[in-house]
Formats: sequence, C-alpha cells, structure tokens
Amino acid sequence: MDSKVFLSGPKIIFLELFMEFRVIALLITAFTISVLNADSMAQSDSPDFWQVQRIDELVATVWNDFEIKPSKEAKDAEWCRRLFLDVLGRIPKVDELDRFVSDRSKTKREDLVADLIHGDDYTEEFARNWTTIWTNLLIGRTGGNGRDTMINRAGMQKFLRDSFARNKPFDRFVRELVSASGSTTPGEDDFNGATNFLVDKVNSDKGSLATASTSRLFLGLQVQCTQCHDHPFNDWKQQKYWEMNAFFRQAKAFRGGRRNENAPAKLVDQDFGGERRPRNLNKPPVFFELRNGEMRVAYPVFIDGTPIDPSGYVKVVNRRQELSKLITDSEYFPKAIVNRTWGHFLGYGFTSPIDDLGPHNPPTHPELLGFLGEEFRNSGFDIRELISWIVLSKPYSLSSRIGRGNKSDNPLLGETPKFSRFYLRQMRAEELYESLLAANQGKSSSGDYQQQERLKNRWLQQFSVAFGTDEGDETTTFNGTIPQVLMMFNGELIRNATGGTKGSMVRQLASSNLSYARQIEHLYKAGLSRAPKRSEQQLAQDFLNVYDGNTDEALKDMWWVILNSNEFIFNH
Amino acid sequence: MNFKTPNGMSRRHFMRHLAGASALTGSALAMGHTLNAHAGELKRNQKAAILLWMGGGPSTIDMWDMKPGAKTSGPFKPISTNGNVEICEHLPLMAKNMDKMSIVRSMSTREADHGRGRYYMHTGYIPDPTMTHPSYGSVIAHELAKSRASLDIPPFVSVGGGSEGPGFLGMAWAPFSVNANGDVRNLNAGMQPDRLTRRMQALAMMESDFINENRGVAAEEHAKVLDKTLNLMTSQQMQAFRVDQEPQAIRERYGSNNFGRGCLMARRLVQTGVPFVEVNLGGWDNHQNIFDVLQNQRLPVLDQAMSALIEDLNQRGMLENTVVLWMGEFGRTPRINGNNGRDHWARSWSVVVGGGGLTPGIAIGKTNEDGSRVEGDSYSSEDLMSTICKTLGISLETTFINRSGRPMKIANSGKVIDSLIS
Repeated sequence: MDSKVFLSGPKIIFLELFMEFRVIALLITAFTISVLNADSMAQSDSPDFWQVQRIDELVATVWNDFEIKPSKEAKDAEWCRRLFLDVLGRIPKVDELDRFVSDRSKTKREDLVADLIHGDDYTEEFARNWTTIWTNLLIGRTGGNGRDTMINRAGMQKFLRDSFARNKPFDRFVRELVSASGSTTPGEDDFNGATNFLVDKVNSDKGSLATASTSRLFLGLQVQCTQCHDHPFNDWKQQKYWEMNAFFRQAKAFRGGRRNENAPAKLVDQDFGGERRPRNLNKPPVFFELRNGEMRVAYPVFIDGTPIDPSGYVKVVNRRQELSKLITDSEYFPKAIVNRTWGHFLGYGFTSPIDDLGPHNPPTHPELLGFLGEEFRNSGFDIRELISWIVLSKPYSLSSRIGRGNKSDNPLLGETPKFSRFYLRQMRAEELYESLLAANQGKSSSGDYQQQERLKNRWLQQFSVAFGTDEGDETTTFNGTIPQVLMMFNGELIRNATGGTKGSMVRQLASSNLSYARQIEHLYKAGLSRAPKRSEQQLAQDFLNVYDGNTDEALKDMWWVILNSNEFIFNH
Repeated sequence: MNFKTPNGMSRRHFMRHLAGASALTGSALAMGHTLNAHAGELKRNQKAAILLWMGGGPSTIDMWDMKPGAKTSGPFKPISTNGNVEICEHLPLMAKNMDKMSIVRSMSTREADHGRGRYYMHTGYIPDPTMTHPSYGSVIAHELAKSRASLDIPPFVSVGGGSEGPGFLGMAWAPFSVNANGDVRNLNAGMQPDRLTRRMQALAMMESDFINENRGVAAEEHAKVLDKTLNLMTSQQMQAFRVDQEPQAIRERYGSNNFGRGCLMARRLVQTGVPFVEVNLGGWDNHQNIFDVLQNQRLPVLDQAMSALIEDLNQRGMLENTVVLWMGEFGRTPRINGNNGRDHWARSWSVVVGGGGLTPGIAIGKTNEDGSRVEGDSYSSEDLMSTICKTLGISLETTFINRSGRPMKIANSGKVIDSLIS
C-alpha cells in the first residue's frame, strides 16, 4: 500500500473515533497545506506533522485490532521530563520545567522539541547524549578501558560527538564507521575516530566479530548464529555468513609504533590473497567448513545477493568501502536505525530482540516500520527529523498509568507491545548520572569535556561486568539491583548532593528567602518534575519538626528521600 | 518496623504514625530485626551449590576428556587421579581430589554462541523474546532461602561476573554481583540509625504512592529491593564477604588471584547460609594460541583454587551438603584451527560436578575417539540441573508460574542423571 495515501474516508471516521482533537486538528492542517500549500498556518513551519500523523494512525490501527483503549495523555510536566531524559539524557532543570509548563502556546510541545533538538543552547548536551548511546552500541561500556585494548575511547567519542553536533546524515555516518581507516587516537596525524568501532573486531577469529557487529547494528541481521543452529537452511545461511565475512578480509589492525606495545593502534586495508598458499590476489577464496566436514569457498557477496569485484587488491576494490555503500542502500538499513531509535523512546522496538529483523522474526508494526524507514531515507537520513516525529507522536505522549482499556497491553507478560501507554522503565546509568548533576544545581562537574567524561566513566565502571569472552560482551548491574540501591543510599554522588556541602543546592535553598514550603516545592520539581502533594508537604513538615525548625537538616532528608524514590529513577 | 507501608493503612493514619514516631528517639525506633540481630550461628547441614563458571567456553577436551593419540589431541598428556578417571597433566592438584568429583563427558548442547550458550546453560531454556527465564542461581536461591528467614544477605551471590538474571522471579532474586576482593561498595550509611529510619519511612510512603498509580510491576520490584538492601546494610553477615579475615595460609592455598579469592569467598558465604554462589573465571575463549594460554595461565589458576575449595569444604564437613559444579557455556572444537586455537563446540563436551551427596570419582558417558561426538546417551543443561536439584532436596515437581500465567517446571523438566545419584 502507498503509505502516503492516508486521507481516505473510512480512516477519517476511524480517526474521529480513536484519536483526540489535537490529532484531528493536525490532520486537517496537513490536508489544507497539501491542497493550498499555505504557509501562514500556525503549524506549517513545523516540517514534522504529517509523519507524526501517520505514526498515530498506524499505531491506532493496532489498538483497534486488539480492542485496546490507550491511556490518557501524560501531563505536560511528565511529558517534559521524559523528553529531556530521552533526547538530552537528563531530567529538566526547574527553570526549564517552569518555562514549559507555563507556556500558553498551542505549539509548545513542538517548540520544546525543536529547541532541544536544534537549539544552539542544547547542541552540546544533545551530542553528548547520543554520543553516549552510540558509544555503548559500538564499543560497549567497557570498550577502551582495558590495559591491552586497541580501542581509544576518547577517539570514538570525538568522532561521535562531531557527527551528532553537526547532524551528519546517518548514511554517511555509518559509511564512515564501516569503512574507516587510520589511527584510533586523537592527536595522531592520521587520526580517524571512526576506526575505533572495528579496530578490535577485525583481527581475531577471521573477523567474525566485525561481521557480526556490522550486520547486527546497521542491518538488524543476526548472522553470527548461522554457524551454530540446526536449521533447514543452515548451509545456505552459512554461505551468506562467509560471503559477508569476506568483506572484512582486507582490514587489519595493529599498533602503530614498532615494538612499542603502547603505541596507538591503526586500522588499515591491505591486499588480501586468501588464507592459504599460493596466494591468489585476483580472486582470493575464503574457506569454510560445512557441518558434514565438506569445505566450501566464499567471495564477497552482500546479503541481498549483490556481488562485488572479488579482487583482493585494495587499489582495485576497497571491500569495506563497497560494503558500506551496499549497507546504506539496503532496505534493512533504515529499518534497523528506525527500530532502534523507536525502541529508545518507546521502551520497546518493533522486534524483540531489537537488532533482529530477520524473516523469522516479524515486526509488531510492519507498516509503521516500513513507513518510518522510507521517510527516514526521504529525509536524507536526518536522525533529528526521525527523533522529532517519534517524540511528537501520540504513543510518546501517553501516560504510563495503565488504564481500564489497556491492561492487556503488557510486554512483560510476553505480549507484543501495542504502545497504548508509556512503558515504565528505569533510567540508564548515564542518565542517572547526568540527571543528578542537573538536579543538583545544573552545573556540570568542573573541568573540560574530557575530564567530565572520565569522571563519569569511572563512576560507571562500578556497574559494568565483563563476561570474559573474546567478544568482550558485558552486562550491567545497574538495573534495579542491590548495588544500585546501595549507591543511591550511600554513594558519593548522593552524599554530595544530600550532604548540604557548601555550594550545593540544598545549602543554597536553605539559605534562600523562599518559604520552607516553596523550598520543598523546588526539591520536588528538581527531582520529580512536579509539585509536592499536600501529604508530601505534611511529610516535609514532620521532618522540620524533628529538627526543631532547622530547614537545612530537613531539606537534606527530603532530598535523599526524593532521589531514592522509584518515581525519581524511573522514566515514566 | 516493617519498612513497607502496611496494606490497608490509610495515608492519614500512616502520617500520624510517622509524625508520632519522628518525635521519638533513635533507640525506640531502631530498625527492629535488622540491626545486628542475626550475628548468630546458622544451622549446619544447610544445602548449597557453588557454580564455578568458566566464561568463554573452556576446552574440556584438553582437561577432562583427553584423547591421547587422536589427531586433534593437542600436546597435553593425561595423568591418573585418585578417582576412577584420568585428567590433564596440568591439573595435578585436582588429580588428588577426583575421588570427590565426577566428570560428565557426554554433555551435548546446541548453543555455540556466547550469549545464547551462557543463557541456556544458566537457565535450561534457549533465549525467547517473549520472556526472560530465571537463572539456576535465582531458582535455587528462591527454593532454599524459604527456610532461611535469618539470612540477611542475598541468597544468590555472583563473584567477579554477571551470571544471568532472575527473569520472571523478579529483581529480588537477582544475583548480587561483587568483586573478588570482598569490598562491597557503598555499605556505610554514614548517619545515625534513627535518621535512616525516618528517611526509610518517608521513602516507603513515596514508594507506595507511586506503586498505587498503577504504572506497572517495576515500581513494586524497586520497593522489594530497597527492603533487601536495608537488611544487608545492617547485617553482621556481611563479614562473609571479607576474605581478608581468613588466615594467610588459607588465602595462599586458594591462590592470590581473583578466582582464588572468589572461591574462598564462596566457602565463607555458604558457611553463612547463602544457598547459591557463582564464581567466575573468564578467559577461556581461546580461538588462538590455546595450549600456551591453558598451560601457563588458565589451568594453574583453576587447579589451585578449585582443589583448595573442594579440600576446604571437605575438611569442614560441608562438601556433603554443597554441590560444586564446574562448567562454561560450551566446549571447544576437537579440530585445532589455523591459529593454534580451538573454536566453539557444543555437540560434545564435559562438565565436572561433585559434593552434595552426588556419586564421586566417576566419569559419566563418553565421546568417540577424537571427541567430536557423544557415544551413547548424552546430557543437557536441564538434565544437569535436575540432578542437582534432586540432590539438594528440591522437588522436581516444583512449578513456577511466569508472568503471563504459564506454568514452567523447574529445570525445564530435565531427566536426572541416575549414575550421579547414589
């Protein structure tokens, strides 16, 4: 079906039934514009809305199919908190929250989204957050931290930061990662931070890690399993795996300096002549063994069957460059990025696991995934556009409270997500760290960007656990465990925030002219993005009584309680 | 005082309660059962299991099921042991303890990817996008901790690694991950007990308010973990993590490395009543240069610590109640690859298990002459787990209900390995 044909009669009726006024207003606006090309309408300067509308429509279709009634709209302040968390990686500061909540404009949500995504004031934070997200995807939380690793974490982050700050088109971004050559380390003549993605993945086990990571991240295809599963089409799949693998056979990583084990690492492309002698540079074979012991050969052929020149000479054909173009031209590429981005904002992607789009794992919303992929491509792979469509959509605006009409929409019960409410989820460790900084007076820790990142990185290490494999896989204990709660109860970060040290927010608040009730209000807004309830003001009063009216001490207790609450640590 | 807001108590009532309580002094409010209340000795003969997890997939063909004379045998030689089995020459201390352990040489599984293999060997299920299964550690902790009301510290501890999670059993049964030197971070509240108590009371109110807003199960899980954390912070049982309190001779016997300290900590934890401890030793993913790495790095560390643990448990009379299980996510290929390494291999491999009343000193099952295939019956993760549950006295009829209401039998209905049950 042509996804742009959306104004058919039955759908209008359908929308009237299931959507609320805001969406219909947008729909009419979109219609008007498409007919009149009017640019005087209030919302016409927002380029986002027709895609948003289409998202809403396609999500609502599934609600209809399953007879689900979505939760109510989230309150402005709730929506604002989640937007800051998901887009910038931290909760809003009190003044940011107040400004948004008191804004009377009809386009306030669109305006805030535009501000966070495009505004100069937020460029650095936006880039920092997406750098964090993609660092974790590309090299993991521990990548570059070990003593004998070739990865330079700062180099990786420099590349990412530049890319996100400049809004580099995502196809170019991915081509640079897949085809990168040069030094991993800032300051070297041939520095290219993008090399850090593959530098430790090309050498061992015939580049299997490079093959698997590239396919998984940028195509949503899990090729690594094809060696070890009993499957009727296993032999076919095994062939595919080695054909993909052949693209990485020119790539080599090594330490730049001679006999210097600590020299910065480089990723380069070298002529490939096959694994066995005599070398055959014109058409080097990659050998692999079928389960029955039979040997087969493979040459570089993309997953869709497109072959490239099998020459092993880099001058004739640079295999990774060819691969990078095939990837971004592929139909899987935009879907893989869209699926991951949707999952980031909505808590679940259209597939589970999020990076498996293979034919055996059909998406929950195939039409929506296809539509967003297509629009993402049409936008010139503009990730900021994609983000705006998602965060302005209806499913992103819904309350996390489960309503009467959508109890069945519970992915924790093994149901596919219907996105009829905002699924409660815990902040990531990095989000918590940045949120605590923001909540405690806004100023980031002192020092330059590098120093701040190092401090954060050191703090994060306490939650990272490696599994001891060559693939460097890892897990985090920052997922609702006792060590996490211990950190929130007693950790240095919290002690500093709630200890009332000089210059801290608690101290400043206590010595301000505000009434105690207003001071408490400030704490609730800073931590929970809402005003305290009456019972909570009463609670605060109880604390004040314990300390005979010493607000300093009472505020410390209240701030500790707020920061340790489920409401604080959950994105809701 | 119960930390959670009692059901049925109105907020007004709770607030009055709190207002009254805050006027009291710390002593009257001290956190009831949690403060230093359980320093006492725990009962003997409590059942437990220790999993020695070899992350990366150890080459069992070079260790426990050697194939001298086969083309793929590698350079190591087998030696005889005090059990009825031969093992690798580079495990001399274990050779003196094979009268207490047995080898299952006929493991045959299907997951040869690290993540999938780790999940399968820890849970008995292959990964399923619609649900997360509880790891064996969570299951055994869940079953055995029921009768240990006085246990303040988590019933499932993972030393030096991540293990797998509690799945649908909930975060209260998650592995408590610690590093091997026994420093549990952020234990000290740095405030008077009465102050912490007041804060906890206020927090309980906030937690239950948010839970009552009906936003999903994660909010309740958070409250449970708060409860567990408070128990742990105030317990003398935390001393169990302090391996540095052991005599030097014992510490040296286990080995001055993380795995050695981890094994020693496992013994201390089991002594304290913890029903499941996992100790991690990584670095077995030897795609290259395998024999050098095994001989000079992995095997000496393993041999020293594992043998120390078994001897120590035995001397203290704990081995008959404590199952020790050694395994990784899979074995490695009989074929030696071009980089002098071995790749992933799940079709035929070995695990080592003993203690807890299991039959010691024998080899169960066998592989063919080059180790590439199991001859006769083979065993799975589920079978191994069922056997261990049985010897720990956990009923194999135990059934869990997952979140969507589906009944799930313990250990995924594996079959007990009869020759291990005497």
